[in-house]
Formats: sequence, C-alpha cells, structure tokens
Amino acid sequence: MKNSEILTCFQCGTCTGSCPSGKYTSLNVRRIIKDSIKKDISDQPDLWMCTTCYNCQERCPRGIKITDAILSLRAESVKKGRILSAHRAVCKFLIETGQSIPIEDIHIAIRKKIGLGEPENVRKYPMALKDVKTLLSSTGFIELIK
Amino acid sequence: MKDISLFLGCVIPNRYPGIEKATELVLDRIGIRWSELKETSCCPAPGIFRSFDKITWLTLASRNIVLAGEKNTDILTVCNGCFSSLMDANSILKNDISLRNEVNLHLNKINKEFNGTVEVRHIVEFLHKEIGVKNLNKLIEKPLDLKVAVHYGCHLLKPAKDRKLGSAQCPVFFDELVEATGAKSIPYEGKTSCCGAGGGVRSAMLETSFKMTEYKLDRIKKAGVDCIVDACPFCHLQYDAGQVELAKTGKTYNIPVLHYSQLLGLAFGFTPEEVGLHLNAIRNLEFENKIAEIQKKNS
Repeated sequence: MKNSEILTCFQCGTCTGSCPSGKYTSLNVRRIIKDSIKKDISDQPDLWMCTTCYNCQERCPRGIKITDAILSLRAESVKKGRILSAHRAVCKFLIETGQSIPIEDIHIAIRKKIGLGEPENVRKYPMALKDVKTLLSSTGFIELIK
Repeated sequence: MKDISLFLGCVIPNRYPGIEKATELVLDRIGIRWSELKETSCCPAPGIFRSFDKITWLTLASRNIVLAGEKNTDILTVCNGCFSSLMDANSILKNDISLRNEVNLHLNKINKEFNGTVEVRHIVEFLHKEIGVKNLNKLIEKPLDLKVAVHYGCHLLKPAKDRKLGSAQCPVFFDELVEATGAKSIPYEGKTSCCGAGGGVRSAMLETSFKMTEYKLDRIKKAGVDCIVDACPFCHLQYDAGQVELAKTGKTYNIPVLHYSQLLGLAFGFTPEEVGLHLNAIRNLEFENKIAEIQKKNS
C-alpha cells in the first residue's frame, strides 16, 4: 500500500490488543499493517471484520491512521470486485432507493400510529431520488457494484 | 446560533420511529428552532459506503449537507453513523480543495455546489454545549431515579482529534447529560467498547457482531443497571434486537434500551408510549412500572 506513514509502525501490537473484533475473529490489525507494506492483501477476508471503532487509531503510539488505512485497503479490494454478497445487496439497495435500510408497509403503519407521516427522505421525493441516482452514476458507483 | 435542520437518516425513521418522535418532543420542549431536512438520502452509512468508494461517500454526504446550506441552517444528527459521515465529509471538503473540486464536478450535474457554510452536530454534544447541563436540569419535571449504563458509541467520540469532545478513553459529557435527568450513570467495564454493529460487520457477519454485543451486555448486566442509554439508533438496534437473538442461544438479559432523546422525554414527563419505548423489541415490565411510579410520584 502506498502510505509512507505505515512504515513507521514498530509492531508493538497496541492495535491488536485494542481491537474488539480481534477478540473473537481472525482479525489481526498488527499483521494487516505489517503485511500491507510488503504485499497486496486486499483479498484478505479479515479486512471486513473491522467495525471501524477507531480504537487502534486512537491508541497507536506512532499516530498511524490505522482505521483509515483499513478503509483504503477495503476500497482496493472492492475495485478488484471482491464484495461480500450482503454488502453488495446494501449497495444495490442504495442505488435503487437512496437509503440503506428498507421501509415496509408495517413500518409506515407504526409511524402513523404514533402520529408520524412518511419519512421526509428521497422515498417521498422522486426528483430528489433522481438526483441521487445521477450522482451515483456520475461517481461510477453503479458501475463499481455491478 | 443558526436554525437547525434535523437529519434523521435511515435507521430512525425506518426502524425506531419512537426515537424520532421523542427527539421532536424534546427539541420543542427545550425551545430549539428546528425543522426536518427534506429530500435527504442515506448519509451515506460510514461502515460500508466509506469503505467502498471515498468519492461516492463524499459526494452523497455533501448533497445532504448542501440541502441544509440551502436553508441557511446547520445539521443536527441523532445517529452516530450519520454524525460520523456528515461531520467527517464536511470537514474533509472544507479543508481539501482538490477533493472539494472533484466532488463539486459531480454535484454540479444536479445544480448543487458544496461551499462549506454548514456545521454538523450530534444531539448529545449539541445539548451539552449549546443548552448546558444546568439549564437542561432546570427543565426536568420528573427526575428519573434510575441506574443507567451509558453507551457513547464509537463514532460519537472517535477520531477524537476531529470530534474535539475531550477524551475518547474516559469521556464524561454524555454521562453528565444523563445525570441531568436525575439518573445515575453507573460505571462498567468496557464502557467505551464497540457494540459490534459498525463497519459493515452487522450486515455481513451477524453472529460475529453479536459476540461483541454479548461482551458488552454481560458487563452491563453485572453492573446492575435499570437500562442502557445510547446516542445512536444503530447501537440501539444492536443492543435491542441483539438481545432477542442472544436469547435464542440461552443468554437472557431483558435490559431496556433507550436513546437519550427517549430518556430526556421521560424526564420531561412524556409517557413511555409517547417516546416510543413500546416499539422496542425488549419490553421489561419491571422497568415500565418503575417509570410509571416515578412519573406518578412527581405529578
């Protein structure tokens, strides 16, 4: 990875020791940082076990932006078409609706019961949704997710 | 202070509308001039979309920010994810001219332009800074004699150098706001640890995410609290719906989960139903009776 800041890592392991996901998964942030200097690790499934909690980044004695580095590695992975099916579904949903969580009739009914109307988001405003789709097409996101 | 546009995001309106109702009630009671931001999209959620493509994430976030700018307002978020995406994108675009130019090329296609006039706030830090603990305390009608496990959530606090809300390791501002309602914030191990939902982990690796939730819930249970109070509907979902899932594996907690807007609403004298507590997956009758007694005692 082209990130000279990472070269200052002295492998102390504070990142791994601070990682809530690493307690339960194979995610080893110290190793990710070490390996990312030497080789392409964008196919590692562990990259997607990070909750982006920023503990590692906050506590790194070298001040390395570790979480940001993981985000960059993920982006490299996505560019190569390595997208988990659940994430692809969320992205397709965003492209289709401008939202990341579906709203069903039952939710609309619950809202009505407590005196709330339809959410004031793009779902209610077709021209605004069209704008969002224009942006997602313009940035290449629709092509990226295909 | 500029008027505020309330940005609700996706989880609150679509899954926990009670938080939306409670937020509206408390903002009105405090006397804050607000209106809901219309025509919004997903913030977009930091976990997945920020990971996937930075320019797309910045562009969609900037559109939401520009909508608030067109009304000459700042943005008030009620969700740590929305706060994180909108605040970070706003700050990046204010400071990085070349990224701003790149994003504006896309925005210009829908006749919009990012010009950096909007501030992005989160309801918890907003109430703490703009209203203050003392003033909020004066408005309390039903002091809540409750023991609370406060959950800040990662993206409210971190990255600390960008949030500028003090220590991310031992934060205090949210505890102070909770205690302004008469409740007591109970310390517990792993308080600033993650709920497990973020980063796209909940959506792609649900069981893994629940291991982190279980870690938190075990320690919260041990602390002997009446309820959890959070600042984010995604953490809220993880704790509330998560307890239902963990019950299937034989772990029962039955700990009520409240967003701060809902806790404040109760302290203002709104009923549990008015602040949407009945819309949670976890219902705890003992807790509801306790609230009823508190509200009756102070009426």
